[in-house]
Amino acid sequence: MSELPAVSVPPEVSAPPELSLQQALNLALRHACEDDDRVLVFGQDVGTLGGVFRVTDGLQDKFGEHRVFDTPLAESAIMGMAVGLAMHGWRPVPEIQFDGFSYPAIDQIVNQVARMHYRSRGVLNMPITLRLPSFGGIRAPEHHGESLEALFAHVPGLKVVSPAGASEGYHLLRQAIADPDPVIFLEPKSRYWHRESFDPTAEVAMPPAGTSRIARPGRHATLIAWGAMVARCLQVAELAAEDGVELEVLDLRWLKPIDADGLAASVARTRRAVVVHEAPLTAGLGAEVAALVTERCFADLRAPVQRVTGFDVPYPAGALEDEYLPTPDRILAAVQTTLEYRRG
Amino acid sequence: MQERDPRSLRELHRLMLVARRLDEEAIALQRQGVLPGYAPAQGQEAAQVGSAAALDPARDFAFPGYRDLGAAVALGVDLVAYLATHLGIWHGGLYDPLASRLAPFNAVVGGPVTHAVGWAMGAKLDGTGGAAITYFGDGASSQGDVHEAMNFAGVYRLPVIFFCQNNGWAISVPTGRQVAGGSVAARAAGYGIEGHRVDGNDVVAVFEATRAALDRARDGGGPTVIEAMTYRMGPHSTSDDPGRYRALADERAWAARDPLTRAAAQLPADAVAAAEEHAAAVVREVAEGLRTLGAPPADELFSFVYREPTKALLEQQRAWKETLDV
Repeated sequence: MSELPAVSVPPEVSAPPELSLQQALNLALRHACEDDDRVLVFGQDVGTLGGVFRVTDGLQDKFGEHRVFDTPLAESAIMGMAVGLAMHGWRPVPEIQFDGFSYPAIDQIVNQVARMHYRSRGVLNMPITLRLPSFGGIRAPEHHGESLEALFAHVPGLKVVSPAGASEGYHLLRQAIADPDPVIFLEPKSRYWHRESFDPTAEVAMPPAGTSRIARPGRHATLIAWGAMVARCLQVAELAAEDGVELEVLDLRWLKPIDADGLAASVARTRRAVVVHEAPLTAGLGAEVAALVTERCFADLRAPVQRVTGFDVPYPAGALEDEYLPTPDRILAAVQTTLEYRRG
Repeated sequence: MQERDPRSLRELHRLMLVARRLDEEAIALQRQGVLPGYAPAQGQEAAQVGSAAALDPARDFAFPGYRDLGAAVALGVDLVAYLATHLGIWHGGLYDPLASRLAPFNAVVGGPVTHAVGWAMGAKLDGTGGAAITYFGDGASSQGDVHEAMNFAGVYRLPVIFFCQNNGWAISVPTGRQVAGGSVAARAAGYGIEGHRVDGNDVVAVFEATRAALDRARDGGGPTVIEAMTYRMGPHSTSDDPGRYRALADERAWAARDPLTRAAAQLPADAVAAAEEHAAAVVREVAEGLRTLGAPPADELFSFVYREPTKALLEQQRAWKETLDV
């Protein structure tokens, strides 16, 4: 992946008003390492190279090889090592280079990381943040474009987060690292280079963990998304507005715990909901969202919750990626279905 | 023949005897229906006790599998709390792993081997001089995690001991069909780390090999693989029938090399008698403790999933309580 464009990290003192997600995550790691000398950043190529997406760029120079280090190419041992380090009182922030390569580490993540606090009756803490470049949209080769949120969200003991952009990325990563429990942090790689206005030096009161955010207010229906699909839903809302349809876009942010109250509040207002995600339809997180909305808003709903998702196929090669990912047209069609729904 | 310190042999024998008698009691309790299941350790006492007794509980840490009662005995772990796992009270046991220097015991063979590597790196970063030891078997040595762990430890030169109890059998599969090349210790060379085979039924030999590996680890000499050649005299678990896969003649031959008999033969009769008395007292106490150990309060089901529980989990707990009240 070395041909991917690298964006240099801005000087720390004079952060520009515009930052990419990749830069914001880098800054969050810097600040986390500065604030807590028990934070350790490790994984494949995170040191000298600064990560294949340069998210860890410059961290080893600043904090030394004992705080930021490269590991051999072995995902299971990366996570197993994180367990041992956490047991010793460190705060590990491992990276697994790509979503599809977290499968070799599933045993450690599910059987060990997620359960150690429980198995030890609360004695052993696992404040581990697994950074995982996730989702598709960059024409990457096989196993570099998966959406694993439902898999991780299903596991008791794990928390799952995905930022939509730079500002969210910075704050959510700080929050994830500060969290006393294991957090799977899914970074939407198609958004790494997208810049947005964001001043990380400004004092911002981040809402508590587990809260969602209204990315765009609207009144006719709620689009519910996370990660890269938030930007796509904002694009759809823009298109719909041209026809006088005001769509609310809800960025879920925390995929476990899910902000059921935030979801319900939005849908109770708009009375219609469309969930959009990249992962395959069947048993995807959209099903969980739809169930929560139905449980809480059944009387308010004017139509069944719609889902616009990837298909039940392996994540396709780059040439077919655009067919797989939810397109604005597919999302708009679902919006139309929900707006025109009539009870039989 | 090396010089043997009778005092340390006496102590090691005493610990082994506690493990042996407790193991026998656990099997009896399983037959009586008290323990739902148990993984007997008989025959492996020298490997477990000899290695764990060499640790410094002030700074070292052990990562067990599910057949390491002898290590728990040697580390002075609360044995009722340790056996609570087999009683079906709590996965991982009821003991405090930080205070006991023994990780919650693990059913995933190979899994904790990587944890020991992480712990050893933590110790190295802290400069505490602590070392980790991880227990696994010849079967677990086939797992990718064991290879990954040894490779990491070799690359980083970590203070960790990979302690393989080669008991000849991974349930029904013999070492010959489990370990290509036949030797786990020989693999160490491929990782650039020390590897030694030791007579796993000779408690002093195991103690000395572990002590040497610990000294090397503390001096920055990196990791060691110790392959203790031993034998599981009983079944893999109380559900297993070794008669289906191994010969009685082999079992008899290994019974003649029983680590307890070998240690006792080197001690005066009164020392052995005193050890028996001590072991019997411990067994009485532990058996009594197990019989009176109740299940934890049912709402502990929800208690330790997170440090900061999710709202959804708290709601499930509340709803569950409401159904109880009805």
